[in-house]
Amino acid sequence: MTFLQVTLFLLEGFKLSLLIFAVTLLCGAPLGLPIAFCSMSKFKPLKYITKVFVWIVRGIPLMLQIFIFYYAPGLIFNIPISRNINLFFVQNYGIENMGMIIPVLVAFAINYACYFSEIYRGGIESISQGQYEAGYVLGLTKSQVFRKIVLKQVIKRIVPPMSNEIITLIKDTALANCIMLPEIIMKAGQLASRNALVWPLFYTGVFYLIFVGILTIVLGKVEKKLDYFKS
Amino acid sequence: MAFLEIKNIKKSFGKYEVLKDISFSLEKGEVLSIIGSSGSGKTTLLRCINFLEFSEEGTISVDGNVIYDGGSLRKYTDDEIRENRLHFGMVFQSFNLFPQYTVLENVTLAPTLLKRGTAEEIENRAKKLIEKVGLTEKMDFYPCQLSGGQQQRVAIARALALNPQILCFDEPTSALDPELTGEVLKVIKGLKGKDSTMIIVTHEMDFAKNVSDKVIFMADGVIEEMGTPEEVFDNPKSEKTRNFLNKSNEI
Repeated sequence: MTFLQVTLFLLEGFKLSLLIFAVTLLCGAPLGLPIAFCSMSKFKPLKYITKVFVWIVRGIPLMLQIFIFYYAPGLIFNIPISRNINLFFVQNYGIENMGMIIPVLVAFAINYACYFSEIYRGGIESISQGQYEAGYVLGLTKSQVFRKIVLKQVIKRIVPPMSNEIITLIKDTALANCIMLPEIIMKAGQLASRNALVWPLFYTGVFYLIFVGILTIVLGKVEKKLDYFKS
Repeated sequence: MAFLEIKNIKKSFGKYEVLKDISFSLEKGEVLSIIGSSGSGKTTLLRCINFLEFSEEGTISVDGNVIYDGGSLRKYTDDEIRENRLHFGMVFQSFNLFPQYTVLENVTLAPTLLKRGTAEEIENRAKKLIEKVGLTEKMDFYPCQLSGGQQQRVAIARALALNPQILCFDEPTSALDPELTGEVLKVIKGLKGKDSTMIIVTHEMDFAKNVSDKVIFMADGVIEEMGTPEEVFDNPKSEKTRNFLNKSNEI
């Protein structure tokens, strides 16, 4: 196999990695917000249920959560759900691997939503009471105070920890190979076992590095954009 | 009936009674200074008047209307509380400017959100207020680019932007260096006029003496002494007042 062929072959796998990355971010980031608000709720039962949920999701390895979402539905209903989903998507849309992609996406989105929710909570709670009070004495509603005064300060504070989490996310996508989802490292593994090519395994690092490099630049720009004020 | 009537305000935090039956009144255009040592309940009183805390008993009336009755056991809605707050303006010890907005935006934010006129009217009014506190050149600066004294002057302009009937100051100079205190006190003094009713919680005795029409000395949650500045500062009747004033004179 030529270098170009290997690159294209690996790129097929990296597309899946990027899919997991994008969907997790698009679903997990918004989902983190209601979880954060629930964990700060004044209604104690809701608060503690949420905290236990976050504890469980953050306390169990993500790989195990992927296994759970992959195997548990089939075991509970005693039907080969994963295979049925695969068949359905292949026959109707010509898309492969959906039986594995869906549980991976669900596991990732929930897992990351919990991590994001803790970042949001930390950000929101770090804003001084004085900012809220200054808004209230000006006759603003709670929602106006949050949207117009607190939110931007929260965003500024959560950008660095969110950047960290986002960079971790792209590398975590490799965990999907525990249920044989052909992401980039699984693809490289196939080359090693079928074609006796070991170097592509190490070469996958370059894909991650380039992507993380782009992320670092973009996230750095966002941080810079919020540099104009101190809070 | 007086312009502002505070009657029998009581407030506790848990078992600790912070305000024990506070009553006083204020006429339109009067300046009231509240002095007293830390923990005497001055700030809590001001926070009750601005509905940042809610007194368990007592009433607050403005211009003859009872706007709050702590003993009524009625739950005030968020909208009612907001309406009530609009009678008052508040300047905090720690300024609490909105860091992501410029000086001008800090002043225009609330009037804009509350739709108090067209964008142009609001901006023109804000510019006049900023001029009044002497910060016209700093209009487009962010709070982090200003000194503490300048920040507090912006906070005063921000509070004035909604045209409150009564303006409250909670130790407006306590977080400032001595050399910055003067510029803020000067601005507050400049606000004195027949239409501006003010309540100032302060540790600046000379200022309180100069600017006030009325002085309250608080100790342990009660009004220990109340009267004109001459009465309270020059001829205090209460032992506690005398001790307090002697101590502050010693420094």
